[in-house]
Amino acid sequence: MLSLSTLLKEPRIRGGVHAEEHKASTSSQPIVVDFPLPKKLYIPLQQHVGKAAEPVVRVGDHVLKGQLLAHSQGMISAPVHASSSGVIIDIDDYPAPHPSALPIRTVVLETDGEDKWISAPPVDDPFQLAPEEVSLRVGAAGIVGLGGAAFPSAVKLNLGRENRIHTLLINGGECEPYLTCDDRLMQERAAGIIDGIRLMLHGMETGQAIVGIEDNKPEAYAAMRKAGLPYPFIKVEQVPTRYPMGWDRQLIRYLIGREVPAGGRSADVGVIMHNVGTAYAVHRAVRFNQPLVSRIVTVSGGAVASPMNIEVPIGTLISELFAFCGVDQTAAKRIIMGGPMMGDALPHSRLPIVKASSGILALTQEEIRNKAQQPCIRCAQCVSACPAGLLPLEMANRIRNNQLDAAVDIGLKDCISCGSCSYVCPSNIPLVQYFKYASGELAARQQAQHKSEHTRRLMDERNARMDRIKKQQQEEEQARLAAKAERERLQSEQGTLA
Amino acid sequence: MIVHSKLSSGAHIGANTTVQHIMRQVMLAISPATAFGLFCFGWPALNLFIITLLSAVLFEAFCLRLAGKVARPVIMDGSALLSGWLVAMTLPPWAPWWIGVAGAGIAIILGKQVYGGLGQNLFNPAMLARIALLISFPIEMTTWPNVAPVFSAHAPGLIESWSITFSGLGGMASADAMTGATTLGYIKTEFSQQHWLPDILADHSIFLDFLGWTRGSLGETSSLLLAAGGIWLIRQGVIKWHIPVSLLLTVTVLSGIFHLMDGQHYVSPLVHLSSGALMCAAFFIATDYVTSPNTPAGQLVFGAGCGLLIFVIRTWGNYPEGAGFAVLLMNAATPLIDHYMRPRIYGRYRNGKPLAQKVAVQEHKQ
Repeated sequence: MLSLSTLLKEPRIRGGVHAEEHKASTSSQPIVVDFPLPKKLYIPLQQHVGKAAEPVVRVGDHVLKGQLLAHSQGMISAPVHASSSGVIIDIDDYPAPHPSALPIRTVVLETDGEDKWISAPPVDDPFQLAPEEVSLRVGAAGIVGLGGAAFPSAVKLNLGRENRIHTLLINGGECEPYLTCDDRLMQERAAGIIDGIRLMLHGMETGQAIVGIEDNKPEAYAAMRKAGLPYPFIKVEQVPTRYPMGWDRQLIRYLIGREVPAGGRSADVGVIMHNVGTAYAVHRAVRFNQPLVSRIVTVSGGAVASPMNIEVPIGTLISELFAFCGVDQTAAKRIIMGGPMMGDALPHSRLPIVKASSGILALTQEEIRNKAQQPCIRCAQCVSACPAGLLPLEMANRIRNNQLDAAVDIGLKDCISCGSCSYVCPSNIPLVQYFKYASGELAARQQAQHKSEHTRRLMDERNARMDRIKKQQQEEEQARLAAKAERERLQSEQGTLA
Repeated sequence: MIVHSKLSSGAHIGANTTVQHIMRQVMLAISPATAFGLFCFGWPALNLFIITLLSAVLFEAFCLRLAGKVARPVIMDGSALLSGWLVAMTLPPWAPWWIGVAGAGIAIILGKQVYGGLGQNLFNPAMLARIALLISFPIEMTTWPNVAPVFSAHAPGLIESWSITFSGLGGMASADAMTGATTLGYIKTEFSQQHWLPDILADHSIFLDFLGWTRGSLGETSSLLLAAGGIWLIRQGVIKWHIPVSLLLTVTVLSGIFHLMDGQHYVSPLVHLSSGALMCAAFFIATDYVTSPNTPAGQLVFGAGCGLLIFVIRTWGNYPEGAGFAVLLMNAATPLIDHYMRPRIYGRYRNGKPLAQKVAVQEHKQ
């Protein structure tokens, strides 16, 4: 507690919380792979960061599993593929798996029950492919960050090739309570993950990789270590179990010993990070030519009768998962997509599973934070818990007094919304909600300012144009008058001559 | 289909601590020292204790009603009870009833509610009350009864205790025989009479001071029990070690240096540490969340500042005890400390500028 070194040196992990894990109910059971194929799949065209994909199929088309439904648009985007074989019955706006459930362009696929793959030849030796070809294939397979960030993976691979990246970091932290999809994936499909890592290294032209796994997953660690043994350039390391260990920058500091500069990218310290699930998807895509059409989802929470990890086609409705796992509809007081710390609360369950859905939780009243809010007693638990080194209580105070700029001054923009502060707060103050509100409000204000500046510029331009026209007219008028005078003078001169 | 209208973001789950829980744990931590004090000073102390706590709660309810708030849930958070308790701990055990009432009133009304209630006050309510009482009623606030455990021969009986609490000690013939000075007060008086140190404490047992078998405030005599409660509180994660350690370390180091230089005029660190008021301030007063800084570095500075002021006031000030003044002065500095002592933000230097984007030098080969 009081050793000199802890006083003088900053610890390798700052802040964080150790939340009750709730992982045991799902971490010891195999991934369920025989989920009955849904009748209809709702496949949103935007399941990633960046621009929405543009459909290449029409209503009435028959498609095979893995067939391209929509191609990517622009630099940062990802294509979307059919998760099973069947007929396209609609392409329209459907509610998105988001707290607002706002409509988003979605392809509705009526499955034919055959689940027939499109024929695509596997690659004999993918290491013979050019590095650029690997990222092209990853991009074409529609792979995005499966840890929840949903950033197009090919963009990151290209970034890796273009920058001086010395290490590929693989995030096997899975620090969110309840979630065990990465844990199970590592336990059961370690060889595939390691192969994916090797392919990514090849695609990025990077020499070594480090896999970080929280030490509450000894089986996953053992499996990954064993699978990585033949490859000395892939190191599998245990990291302490402390949320948010899976925050990329926390893991980078722990494994590399360096911090990513504020406003910078992890490439600035020579590393790129991918999730274990992404590595596995790369393995499927590059070696077997299979695009990303399914994912492993943890279905858990107090209202779930049989919690499990389950591999489902992208576009499966959450309500069907709930029916399969036996969710008590009356006991489920909150549905969450993702983990309970950072996940989004969903308004209802008729929403599809997307590429980023690592977990679907149905939590009971007892499980959720449901105490009454009390005044802040400045206990500073939030300060100790913040992994980014912020002062959540001070920021919340300023936001409450509508001093948003003052909140920015003390680091609002460095907040990662990890929820550690809300978790520990004994007064149950919704701190993250304050910060999200403030960030949104600031963005709106900035937009309004841009708009008014734009209007002013248009106005100035118009005034200048009007002035110019007026001046031109005046000049023309003067020229006309001068010409007239000249004409009259000439006429009078001619008159006198005559 | 499940439909939920009320949505919330971030951390859908939470740790199981509440404000009530924290207050309860602090009360638990100070209860051994308080119980020992009640045992040592008997029924009048118990009367005063009950009166102070009761008035604190009543004043809180009164203020909340005045502000048009519902009193019950706020009362239930336990903060008013704890403030009253801390006030009672710092009062002379046989003080008359109105001292308790006035103390609770100052703490709750002037110390807390006028600022807007829990979490808003600048000064520690209990210390504000204690200091206001000490300056306003110096006689009552420095009349220290001898240790006379309940049921012992010298202890006042029930009837007698009512008269002590409600009519004051002044009316009693044996008042002088039953009171005396605290150790620190005695030393101060002796100094003024040109007596010097080893002689003053010649037949004095520091050990009994540590234990709490000495004259002093109601719950502040036993530095041993207070320290034990405080350490338990740290282990429970309710308070952090920074303030108590830096405070006690500063007092020990300063008094140690001066004592080594001049053992006649400066008391040893042991005498300082054996005074329960110091332990109480270190673990329970200076660590008050609301009025102390909220970063570890700030807390170290705050604790050291308190320690320095306590030493200075005890050594050169007019009052034998300086913990209350020291804490209040440092409370006033808390916003300033919080302004300057901020944690370093990830990816930034201490001054807030982003870290330099150096290109990685290491080359890793396969």
